[in-house]
Amino acid sequence: MTDITTTNKGVNVTPKTSVTVLFAGDSGDGMQLTGTQFANTVAVYGSDLNTFPNFPSEIRAPAGTISGVSGFQMQFGSQSVYTPGAKFDVLIAMNAAALKANLNKLHHGGIIIADTDGFDDKNLRLSGYGEGNNPLEDGTVADYTVFSVPVVSLTRKALADTGLSVKNIDRCKNMFILGILYWLYSLPIDTTIKTLQTKFKNKADIAAANIKAVTAGYNFGDETDMFAQFGRFSVAPAGKQPGTYRRVTGNEAAAIGLAAASKKAGLKLFLGSYPITPATEILQTLANLKQWGVKTFQAEDEIAGVLSSIGASYGGALAATSTSGPGLALKSEALGLAVIMEIPLVVVNVQRGGPSTGLPTKPEQSDLFISMYGRHGEAPMPIISAHSPVDCFYAAYEAAKLSVEHMTPVICLTDGYLAFSSEPMLIPSPAELSEIKPVFAKPRAADDEPYLPYKRNNMGVRDWAVPGTKGLEHRIGGLEKANETGNVSHDPANHALMTKLRAEKVEKIADCIPLQTLDNGAEKGDLLVLGWGSTYGAIKIAVDRAIKAGHSVSHAHVRYLNPFPKNLGTMLGNYKKVLIPENNCGQLLMMIRDRFLIEPVAFNKVEGLPFNEMEIEAKITDIVKEL
Amino acid sequence: MTDTLTKLTAKDFTSNQEPKWCAGCGDHAVLQQLKSAMADLALKTEEVVVVSGIGCSSRLPYYVATYGIHGIHGRALPVASGLKAARPELSVWVATGDGDALSIGGNHYIHTIRRNPDLNVLLLNNEIYGLTKGQYSPTSKIGQRTVTSPNGVVDYPMNTVALTLGAGGTFVARVMDRDGKFMREIFKRAAEHRGTSLVEIYQNCPIFNDGAFTAFTDRERKADTTIYLEHGKPLIFGKESDKGIKLDGFTPVVVDLNDPKVSRDDLWIHDENDFIKANMLSRFFDDPDAEGDYLPRPFGIFYAEDRFTYEDALTAQVEKAQEDGEGTLESLLTGKSTWTIK
Repeated sequence: MTDITTTNKGVNVTPKTSVTVLFAGDSGDGMQLTGTQFANTVAVYGSDLNTFPNFPSEIRAPAGTISGVSGFQMQFGSQSVYTPGAKFDVLIAMNAAALKANLNKLHHGGIIIADTDGFDDKNLRLSGYGEGNNPLEDGTVADYTVFSVPVVSLTRKALADTGLSVKNIDRCKNMFILGILYWLYSLPIDTTIKTLQTKFKNKADIAAANIKAVTAGYNFGDETDMFAQFGRFSVAPAGKQPGTYRRVTGNEAAAIGLAAASKKAGLKLFLGSYPITPATEILQTLANLKQWGVKTFQAEDEIAGVLSSIGASYGGALAATSTSGPGLALKSEALGLAVIMEIPLVVVNVQRGGPSTGLPTKPEQSDLFISMYGRHGEAPMPIISAHSPVDCFYAAYEAAKLSVEHMTPVICLTDGYLAFSSEPMLIPSPAELSEIKPVFAKPRAADDEPYLPYKRNNMGVRDWAVPGTKGLEHRIGGLEKANETGNVSHDPANHALMTKLRAEKVEKIADCIPLQTLDNGAEKGDLLVLGWGSTYGAIKIAVDRAIKAGHSVSHAHVRYLNPFPKNLGTMLGNYKKVLIPENNCGQLLMMIRDRFLIEPVAFNKVEGLPFNEMEIEAKITDIVKEL
Repeated sequence: MTDTLTKLTAKDFTSNQEPKWCAGCGDHAVLQQLKSAMADLALKTEEVVVVSGIGCSSRLPYYVATYGIHGIHGRALPVASGLKAARPELSVWVATGDGDALSIGGNHYIHTIRRNPDLNVLLLNNEIYGLTKGQYSPTSKIGQRTVTSPNGVVDYPMNTVALTLGAGGTFVARVMDRDGKFMREIFKRAAEHRGTSLVEIYQNCPIFNDGAFTAFTDRERKADTTIYLEHGKPLIFGKESDKGIKLDGFTPVVVDLNDPKVSRDDLWIHDENDFIKANMLSRFFDDPDAEGDYLPRPFGIFYAEDRFTYEDALTAQVEKAQEDGEGTLESLLTGKSTWTIK
């Protein structure tokens, strides 16, 4: 690694354990790309990190306005990082609107790096500050450390001799500001240089210009008094577990998890899906995995998405469908079909704010009820939830395993927060992944006993009988079937029996899943904070702080929402109080209350935003005070 | 055993479940001809899957001794499409009805047709909802009185053949339940066609819509109300085969072949591969019982086109991606961009 972070000026370098940065600018300013570059650099440097993009739902919102602001938030640190951060230490504002939209989330005394070229009269007017009211000059940012840098002008100056058009030169301004940030955090620029060389392999002049811009930005930090006087920071490597890492978002991880499960099971993966925010990247990622034998079917609607997967599953594929709330509602009838057909199917539901179109780009945990109860008839389905972007890989993988080995549709719940967040994933070796063993019915000869499609093993699971196999010809479908033969039956006692057998099959999964473990804290105590899904990071940090403050608090995070781990009830009984923070109006809470007849404390947030650790910490403090 | 001994008969395609259709229902005839066609095609029971939705005709899979899925209302086609995409080597048949395919499943219908997976779709059209006991369907006639249209249907009826051609169908045919042998031959042609084959079957419901197709089946009238399409043959019909159809500009007209001024050489020669003419034929949709002149209703194959199937194209993409070998689990997990922490 070329170390160009040393400087001869003897600038003061302050070590930091964690830093939260927001890159904010117009959606055309390349903030996602800039943030991604920074994330890759700190990852390679060895920091732990978590990123979260914040972009407008409009594709091309008016430039310069608040609604056009696109942001890329990330936290990196020398210790484990569980969230993209609650408040920023550094705000990169490429224009006035970017500052206005995000200033309220900047720590008091935090750093603002503002491109003053984005604070001209036009930008001030569009941002709502008003012409002549420059926040950089009128005291609005007096409580912060402000670096006013004319980024566009400096980039033009630095690239004047490249021969590129002004338009192309201006596109490099984000690299200039990235260079400043690398300098400020004592980070090397060579990861970005390498990426630019690869990305613009066939456009050498563009690559050279971008490299020049990032270098110029770095040197600007080095050579300018305003930065030199302020000093630099450094964030030590996190001492992460040795190994090879890749950075994944939750959606990428879920997609790779499904594909990995198909490989491990010796099956072909089929995904029938329909584009829907925030789940679409699962379909997009899998559409690019044809080399691994993955087939994707972009259906005409959500219903056809799941039904094509049911057809593929009947044919012996590992079949999945990806969706979000409105799509899950549309798939409801088909899921009942998968339940009664007793075939494998993975539904990855990336939750978003609802009801109806709701908040498509914002996370919520409000699909637990529809996953649990949202089908007509008695139609139980296992539910598994992911708690981090990387965990989306393992949750999807495990959903596939349960689905195939228990011949049942399974819902894997993630949400928009996990879907778009990214973090480093320690790449597992194939051997580390648990085995997935589908049980196929064997061919039969003419004089064998007739094949019984609904004959079960001791786990209540029937065999998978795949077309093309001699002697297993059978007809199944949505009508109630007679036990074992699978023939259509309207017999009352048989319907009661089959309803019971289907429910028992799902309940028996509790024998195969791990017991509930504590994430943190003592086995008995005053308060258990019980979470599920993407609240993990915020609860983790809050409970950690509460324990350090001397409180008797523990944290358990429920992965298996149906069936619950067998010891969950016992665990809940070991604490005076149970607190359940959820991004919904208390759905897990009602399931826990119903099942274990206890009265947990609700803590609900339905603002389309994840919890931050301060909120949960404050709630914990309130409760333990009363105990 | 030799091949001749293992060749299956219609009986081998008969399941152990007794059909529960009404006596006299046209579905019985369709089932019989389907099983015979499967035997004629030398299909093996284990390589066939019959998929259906919901409705009287959708019970059909239970009565065929192959693999089968009785799915949910209107959704047989996506189930069949997914199955075919995953397992292109299977022979996949779909049994559906006018309500199942054209009403609740209308969206799936048009999109499946345009994608052209190699499915054989038997659309049993009885112009009524039978299983729910006699409500009008999307193909019911204007004015038809049913339990949900006591004053007569006001919904303009759907023209299945025209819709299918409009959606980009590559094999479009129409038959009647009464024409057993003809139906079987069309089923076989449908099976041999690579792509989605649509066979609309006019099927009498003796309970809720008896006589819906009498104008085309009545012994006295059928020669004048129907015309059977044969590739390369002129359009001729009538009891004495003395009526023909020719194009007067863009207008099809019925001509009297006994008229010395009419030459057989001027008649419309049916060409299965002519898309424009197939569309014109699809508009031979007059009601012979209505007032005024009418064109005979065509039966047989309107249109057949060789076009790539969905699953072939998808498989080709997968094979192309695997030119240098199939990706391993290890390379999948590793991805493209990594870093190492020591």
